[in-house]
Amino acid sequence: MAELNTGGDEGGKGKKVRSKKQNSKVDLTAMVDLAFLLITFFMLTTSLSKPQSMPLGMPEKDSKIPPILIADARTLTILVGENNTLKTYMGQFTSPIEAPTSTTYGKDGIRKKILEKVASVPITMNDPKKGLIVIIKATKKSTYKNLVDILDEMAISKVPTYAIVDIEKAEDALVKN
Amino acid sequence: MSKVKMSKKATSIDMTAMCDVAFLLLTFFILTATAKQPEPLPVDTPASTVQTKLPETDLAIITIGQKGKVFLGIKGPDVRKRTLELLSEKTKVGFTKEEIQKFSLVDDFGVPLNELRGLLTLKAADRNQEGLQKGIPHDSLDNQLKEWVLAARTANAELHDKQLNFAIKGDAKEEYPEIKKIMDILQDQGVNKFNLVTGLRTKDF
Repeated sequence: MAELNTGGDEGGKGKKVRSKKQNSKVDLTAMVDLAFLLITFFMLTTSLSKPQSMPLGMPEKDSKIPPILIADARTLTILVGENNTLKTYMGQFTSPIEAPTSTTYGKDGIRKKILEKVASVPITMNDPKKGLIVIIKATKKSTYKNLVDILDEMAISKVPTYAIVDIEKAEDALVKN
Repeated sequence: MSKVKMSKKATSIDMTAMCDVAFLLLTFFILTATAKQPEPLPVDTPASTVQTKLPETDLAIITIGQKGKVFLGIKGPDVRKRTLELLSEKTKVGFTKEEIQKFSLVDDFGVPLNELRGLLTLKAADRNQEGLQKGIPHDSLDNQLKEWVLAARTANAELHDKQLNFAIKGDAKEEYPEIKKIMDILQDQGVNKFNLVTGLRTKDF
């Protein structure tokens, strides 16, 4: 135990000096209080964890590269609208394989749909390498959070291929209704 | 009947061990601490489940918030210094050595180039006042962000011999076209890969 030796010289000479016996213990409570206060302060002011991030690769913006043609049955288009609305359709907009339907964010809405398609597309294509391709089209009124939410769904559902594409007018009009 | 003897115990607890632990922790936190830098443009990042850490060096963070205000933060004082030198040569604003030195200590900024000198004369504490920095212009008429990005990439390549990574730190409520503009500026220069800074959440939402 830490005790401060407050007594005088022990090996004194013949003449004994009676030092007054004091309580040799020091009260450490205040010191501990102070230490914890400082710990709290440092814990709150430091940023130990680095910020998380989501890697995103965009397609090359080069008109010289010819577009790759893909099967309609593989593409799922997600239209991101304002006020957290979502619409999805399969195939091409003008002749959809599955007509546009509204859905919601989260595990009961869009995730169910994506997971279902991730599983079904390689079967219908009869080739395990030909997986789902998701095309994300965000409207002007959608927020950044909506975009990140959808990109996050891609990561959760492990969609093999996805891309962010500019929205077309007809699609924009559809989402507004 | 025998008396039950209550053993007398000391009421004061020995604090020594606790004190030791407290100071050990304190020392640990002091040594590992990297103080949080005050941000000139605080943003509320959206959450995601992806857990990729941002690199600590060779990184430029573009912050977007408050209706399209854009701030730029480049990691590493040497890269910042060289970036401003390059930009100073190119735009002929002619920043002095002291100003460039001062700029190398600025983590995050968001002012047009002609106001940068004014910003540098301010004290570090005064720079982060709200509304003082109004963002780097990035529209088609005056695309200064593009120049900054280009200069930063050149500077990083010169000094570290590595590609500069870009991170986009957008506010959750920011509208998509504002983010798109920034992505376009980056893509026009052939930067097709970037990181989106996000918070953390579980899959169950």
